[in-house]
Amino acid sequence: MSSDIILTIKDLQFKYGERVIADGMDVQIQRGKITTIMGPSGTGKTTLLRMIGGQVRPHAGSISYEGKSIPDLGKNELLQARKSMGLLFQASALFTGLSVFDNVAFPLREHTKLSEQMLSHLVLSKLEAVGLRGAAQLMPAELSGGMARRVALARAFALDPRLMMYDEPFVGQDPITMGVITRLIKLLNDSLGMTSIIVSHDVHEAMTISDYVYMISEGKVIASGTPDELRESDSPWAQQFLRAEPDGPVSFQYPAKDYQSDLFASVE
Amino acid sequence: MFEPIRLIGEAALRKIARLGQASLFISQVIASLPMLLRRFSLVVTQLYEVGVLSIAIIVISALAVGMVLGLQMFYTLRDFGSEQILGQVVALSLVRELGPVLAGLLFAGRAGSALTAEIGLMKATEQLSSMEMMAVDPIKRVVAPRFLAGVLSMPLLAAMFSSVGIIGGYLVGVGLLGVDSGAFWSLMQANVDFYDDILNGIIKSFVFGIIITWIAVFEGYDAKPTAEGVSRATMRTVVHSAFAVLAFDFILTALMFGGN
Amino acid sequence: MYSRMTEIAVGLFVAAGIGALVMLAMKVSNLGAFSDTEGYIVNARFENIGGLKVRSPVRLGGVRVGRVNAINYDQDRYEAVVEMTIADGYDRLPIDTAANIFTSGLLGEQYIGLEPGAEEEYLDSGDVIELTQSAIIIEQLIGRFLLNEAGSE
Repeated sequence: MSSDIILTIKDLQFKYGERVIADGMDVQIQRGKITTIMGPSGTGKTTLLRMIGGQVRPHAGSISYEGKSIPDLGKNELLQARKSMGLLFQASALFTGLSVFDNVAFPLREHTKLSEQMLSHLVLSKLEAVGLRGAAQLMPAELSGGMARRVALARAFALDPRLMMYDEPFVGQDPITMGVITRLIKLLNDSLGMTSIIVSHDVHEAMTISDYVYMISEGKVIASGTPDELRESDSPWAQQFLRAEPDGPVSFQYPAKDYQSDLFASVE
Repeated sequence: MFEPIRLIGEAALRKIARLGQASLFISQVIASLPMLLRRFSLVVTQLYEVGVLSIAIIVISALAVGMVLGLQMFYTLRDFGSEQILGQVVALSLVRELGPVLAGLLFAGRAGSALTAEIGLMKATEQLSSMEMMAVDPIKRVVAPRFLAGVLSMPLLAAMFSSVGIIGGYLVGVGLLGVDSGAFWSLMQANVDFYDDILNGIIKSFVFGIIITWIAVFEGYDAKPTAEGVSRATMRTVVHSAFAVLAFDFILTALMFGGN
Repeated sequence: MYSRMTEIAVGLFVAAGIGALVMLAMKVSNLGAFSDTEGYIVNARFENIGGLKVRSPVRLGGVRVGRVNAINYDQDRYEAVVEMTIADGYDRLPIDTAANIFTSGLLGEQYIGLEPGAEEEYLDSGDVIELTQSAIIIEQLIGRFLLNEAGSE
């Protein structure tokens, strides 16, 4: 059953005022695989993850997770569905008032009735997996950005979710931490049998660990395929992104009126 | 020429819509209060943050207010030769008005602003959002215990304010200015009524506690998730709470003491 | 997730708050001194009660023995009817006890002063005190004084 579909997004529509986040987007996520959704910054990839988690409701289209339509779930059903999902926030979002240990223990305390001893074993094993067992008693303010992200990762998979989502996991990390996180995502996915969705614009890391890649622009899927297929592809959009060219189908300029008329306007 | 009228109407509608949002929000909070009985440790933690940490400012201010009140009232009363009733005057002003109102204003400044800033920052740093994604409702887990702690703390703090204030008045009146200690207490007891004065004061402080904490948690939860948004929300909490306390004090006073 | 110290501090806070409430109730207000329920009721009729209020004290030789419960006006006899509660401990008031309305000090509050009579029978719950003297109204006093002055000239 490794090739079945865990998540299907069909004809998704979403707008923030004038900004188009999704305009007829179709995405399928295979169970047990690492799928990367790639696109330039500011294209609403975070919003897409929030729609999968049910925090934001799409304006049209369907999101079906394990056969359930996420936008149509009631509050309690949604909470149930979220227990099988983990989301690693770009800002880590650790609870500043709690120690590293209590942060990782938080979802376990909320959703299970484990004894303190069992809880301690579980939390320490999660922290061990991200290599931070020694930091258990530190407060989030004492952690570096990379450490905070690893703690957040340990917290996100504390309940052993079936679907892990990573929001820009590589952004703002030094090369070593980037390597560590890349390895962790791969390791967790394979050893725990999770499904992973990564939202990123870091071409190199994403292409290294992904089984499948979607490329998004202006709310539509522009190209998709395995990393190898994309490298071979003749789509100008994919080539621009993969080779990091400044101008191409994705314009360097933010949409503006004619440059000359702007110049004259300021003279007058 | 209709532009100003249109703008006023728009502003009024915005305010009304906001009141509606705040009411819906607080009804959600109240609905999740019963669940706190099973996890009272959450409330205890907040009682510490909201209540215990406010004691210092309440006690120090109360002592100062009581002493000044004793001093000022003494010189006025002496002109009429009735400095004996100092205790009664100090106690009545504190119990009926100054205790609940000043404790409310201080509570808004100390605990209300802290609540808004804390919840606002949790929102700005996506802590609330990540809690939602962990299938935990932040209204139940974060807002409800803080609201309950605020509502429980305020009457206790106001009672402390009145008591300490009366002691301050006693220290100045009896200790410094030579009012007879027996007269100070007995005339106070004879003229302060438990139901009309003390119970009404407690009811006032309870109402203020609900209003201030409501404003504080709503502003925090509703803050724009940016540094500027949180600082503006904190400012709004203090300003709105102060106005609300003064306005409701007038209304409650008219309702309670209007009869006599 | 919270320490023992927090628990203790919160415990002290709640105890101090309740302590303050108890102090307000017992030491500051009249709850500690006197309550409505224990006592028997006596009525008295006055032509004029001046500034007497509900809960004004009732004194016997200067000692507080009760409080005014209710004040009504009897339209048939054109008199004010004052209902007062007297504490159970003071149950040997002769039936010819007099009730006067006095003022404590020049600007003080008004209270009912009882003066015991000489009868052997005692007042019982619901009895009416017959001998009463109304409050002294300063305006009337001044009026009478001016009238006398005018008359003597």
